[in-house]
Amino acid sequence: MLKKYNINNQIILLTGILIIIPFFFQNDFYFEIAILSILNALICIGLNLLMGYAGQVSLGHGAFAGLGAYIAVVLSSNYGLTPLLSIFIAVVIMGIFAFIVSKPILKLKGHYLAMATLGIGIIINIVLEVEDEFTGGVDGMSVDSFVVFGYEFSESISWYILCASLLVFTIWAFDNLIKSPFGRLLRSIHDSEKAAKSVGIDVSYFKSIVFVISVVIATVAGSLYAFFSGFISPQEASFTHSIELVVMVVLGGLGRVYGAVFGAVILTVLPQLLNSFEDYETLIFGSIIILVMIFMPKGIVSLFDKVVKKESNHASN
Amino acid sequence: MLQISNLTKKFGGVKAVDDLSFSVKKGTIHSIIGPNGAGKTTLVNMITGVYKVDSGTVFLDGGDITNLATNKLVHRGVCRTFQHLEICGNLTVIENVMLGFDKYMDKNIIRSCFRAKSILEDEKRYFDRGMHLLELIGLENFAHNEAKNLSYGILKKLEIIRALATTPELILLDEPVAGLNPKETHEVSELIKTVVADEVTIILVEHDMKMIMKISDYITVMNFGKKLAQGTPTQIVNNEEVIKAYLGSGALHGK
Repeated sequence: MLKKYNINNQIILLTGILIIIPFFFQNDFYFEIAILSILNALICIGLNLLMGYAGQVSLGHGAFAGLGAYIAVVLSSNYGLTPLLSIFIAVVIMGIFAFIVSKPILKLKGHYLAMATLGIGIIINIVLEVEDEFTGGVDGMSVDSFVVFGYEFSESISWYILCASLLVFTIWAFDNLIKSPFGRLLRSIHDSEKAAKSVGIDVSYFKSIVFVISVVIATVAGSLYAFFSGFISPQEASFTHSIELVVMVVLGGLGRVYGAVFGAVILTVLPQLLNSFEDYETLIFGSIIILVMIFMPKGIVSLFDKVVKKESNHASN
Repeated sequence: MLQISNLTKKFGGVKAVDDLSFSVKKGTIHSIIGPNGAGKTTLVNMITGVYKVDSGTVFLDGGDITNLATNKLVHRGVCRTFQHLEICGNLTVIENVMLGFDKYMDKNIIRSCFRAKSILEDEKRYFDRGMHLLELIGLENFAHNEAKNLSYGILKKLEIIRALATTPELILLDEPVAGLNPKETHEVSELIKTVVADEVTIILVEHDMKMIMKISDYITVMNFGKKLAQGTPTQIVNNEEVIKAYLGSGALHGK
């Protein structure tokens, strides 16, 4: 029964952890970090589909998440649409935007693609800073509360439940997607575009589709974060944020669904844990990242492969 | 089934393929030979839409397929393999074969995310068909190995099988035995013969004359982008011009 719906040990474990940890949260700050981790994880899952599976780099996903969030926020705050409808419209607009943008830029490869996405990201950031009539400029703008069908998300716990459920669902859906013919097609594009074309795959179309999926997820996660924090500034769409997201995906493990989650959680939580080191915080943070990449080039998630392998060896012995 | 008329391709001042015309009969193995740089691979790249042709046409069963992209050609029943391996290294052997069935599979994103029946059925059906193909060439034991860990000879065969999985009517093999040892060459040549038994037309580009002479029905000889000669293996072997340009006088009677 469980197997039929692809409910595996990992997803049960993840759900368990997500249910248990709130009991250890001492105050709202813990919730805030947890929710931020989850929303970053969501963006990273989408970005991982693009980078880890289809092999296309993007240094602009922070900006896409930020622009999506701004569209949702402006629609809801300035034009009085309900938050859910605003997010939906933002998703549609960003989806179309991503599809149009992807056509020319995904013809580029490697460093050139990185440069192109970087450029688009920076342009988005500048537009958000300059168009202060809509966006409030560099100072950002406040965001209306998140009301869905009359229910107002004001407690941290309700936000936590919403985001955690979304994460579990997204991971489950993506795991299915990766294991389907669509997933295999993506991985083939990563390995050899010539091979993919030679079996009849419209490579540029599917690259665009993956790009759209990843941007749509970034829009949803970015919008939710804006509504959750009650404030949005162009900082969300900054180059630094885009880089952070890429680091999360690479650090966690490229091409692994749970890798993105590990990367996002660790890179969101770690700076908070290192707070007590004050001046040395960045130094220690950087060292940890470097060491992880040296000793675990396949990402943090590869640590667990060894555990699983040992267990299965024991079992077979 | 394939008519090539007056194909020309220039790279700068060099005419890689120069006003070339020939046709390929259904169900035959049609080999293209010639010295290095004669334009053989360029020709294959033009037929399969990798290069835009400068002039001339390619017709498949009366339909114009000139400049049609590689992936669209697969849906018209034309598939190819590569001189330099194009295998997906991070995919397993069976996944590479299943990739060949891609055009038949349901790739709807929503249905994929929710494990719809059609997705699961496709996976099962084409896994079985893929395994069947692997059994034909004795690779079933490697099915779950990542392709990058396997030998060059196995991957050369795998590429042919993957092309076969697209169920083409015409398949273009670009140097399928280049770099293989005699045993592997024999195996690939056997494989090609069994492919023909399934009524697939083959265009074969190769340097291995022993194999060419053994399995070809027709041979077109190219030199400097032009057609030098065309005919059955016996006719080609005895053609004075071909001997001078390519085979060399010793090559014929020695084997």
